[in-house]
Amino acid sequence: MKKYGPAVLIVIFLFGLWELASRFVNLSFIFPPPSGVAIRFWELRETLLFDHLPSTLAIILIGLAISIVLGVALAVWMAVSETAERAFYPLVISSQMIPTIALAPIFIMFFGYGIWSKVVVTVLITFFPITVNTFDGLKSSSKELRELMLTMGGTKKDIFLKVQVPSAKPHFYSGLKVAVTLSVIGAAIGEWLGAQAGLGYFSRRMMTQFDGAAVFAPIVLLSAVGIVLFLLVKVLEKRSMKWRNKE
Amino acid sequence: MRKPVLEFQDVSFSYGGKKPILDHLNVTVYEREFVTIIGASGSGKSTLFRLITGLETEEHGRIRINSEQPKNRHGRTGYMPQQDLLMPWRTVLENAAVPLELAGVSKKESSIRILPLLNEFGLNGAEHKYPSELSGGMKQRVSFLRSILTGSNILLLDEPFSALDAITRLSMQEWLLDQWEKREKSILFITHDVNEALFLSDRIFVFQDTPVRTLQEVVVPLGRPRSLRDLNDPAVMELKDKLIDQLRGGVKRL
Repeated sequence: MKKYGPAVLIVIFLFGLWELASRFVNLSFIFPPPSGVAIRFWELRETLLFDHLPSTLAIILIGLAISIVLGVALAVWMAVSETAERAFYPLVISSQMIPTIALAPIFIMFFGYGIWSKVVVTVLITFFPITVNTFDGLKSSSKELRELMLTMGGTKKDIFLKVQVPSAKPHFYSGLKVAVTLSVIGAAIGEWLGAQAGLGYFSRRMMTQFDGAAVFAPIVLLSAVGIVLFLLVKVLEKRSMKWRNKE
Repeated sequence: MRKPVLEFQDVSFSYGGKKPILDHLNVTVYEREFVTIIGASGSGKSTLFRLITGLETEEHGRIRINSEQPKNRHGRTGYMPQQDLLMPWRTVLENAAVPLELAGVSKKESSIRILPLLNEFGLNGAEHKYPSELSGGMKQRVSFLRSILTGSNILLLDEPFSALDAITRLSMQEWLLDQWEKREKSILFITHDVNEALFLSDRIFVFQDTPVRTLQEVVVPLGRPRSLRDLNDPAVMELKDKLIDQLRGGVKRL
């Protein structure tokens, strides 16, 4: 607790400032105080937690799962085959120049108002950090260590599994941490643009009703989802790389 | 007649046809011999090891290992690199087990073989530690154990103690001699420390200029077992001065 003390203090201070400013301005329909948001959250708890949270969570988890499978597969392919690297790596990098969010309406048109249009947006956003980090990790393994494996009679497959994969793990997890936070954004934005349920959808609907506190309430929940997922990845990371804890 | 374990016959090598390193070189190392290769940095010492391990291929001539000329020399020698090159994600036991793993030995079988050796290597109780928890000397011992477990009768040690402090280094040298005598291996040892070379070896090869045509060979006039005090013997002192002069000359001419 001592470690995070200063951060906690700053948060408390900022919330206090917000509360005061909001009471002073006194326009709670567009600028609600934190206490107002908390009260509204409590009132809306059932709708938020049981109607909208599951829908958003499904998008995030399905999107991340698809990204991990496709991203790792592509990274492995590019690491193993130089032709694949030359063919795909520039595409993966330049695909980041496309404003994915701006394309979201198209996906709504393609895939409809159901869950899949949002999953596609999430995958497009989270695919990049996972692929690039995993690929860089596979490539980052020490040349000396790979050569040592050769002198001991190791095959290409031995080197890949025993040197490259373990070297890539820390990179994969950093990519996953970025992807997890992005996935929450991706799902929320997808839902703004067209959905029948979800936290992003609910927040936007409340906006049209000038219910400021109800706009903020689902955002609080979205942030919580992001934080929980991030911590989950950290736990997984620690578990799968016990050697790092000793450093 | 002693059995040759490593023979270079008329071997030439250059990197990509440009800078010739070896020029029709002949070298023979015999069974249970301790040979040190000494020379200034950049004189092609490490290239010799890269050729022996099969990381590089000779352009001309033959390299024979245990009187055979294998197509692929990978896995024929036990190589111990300059940096310990232990895998940080593997424990001591798992690191030492790599060559056995590559040979298809089961996990259980390899720990049965390794655990008693750890004791002998002064690593008892460290089997489940990670390299980051070990001292420099311990890491080098794990690395040496790994090269022994390749099962090869030829060990190639590339400046293994250069990163250690002077005291640890001395005890590692004594320990290495001990291990060498016990295990009946041939050792090729690279160093640029003349004292280390004199203390350890039967013969010393001096690398001077590239391309290397002939290796100047020095026989160390000391019996075994030796102690560090033997280095104060007048004949050895004289030899040491001569070697240092030669190495200096090599550097001056560069």
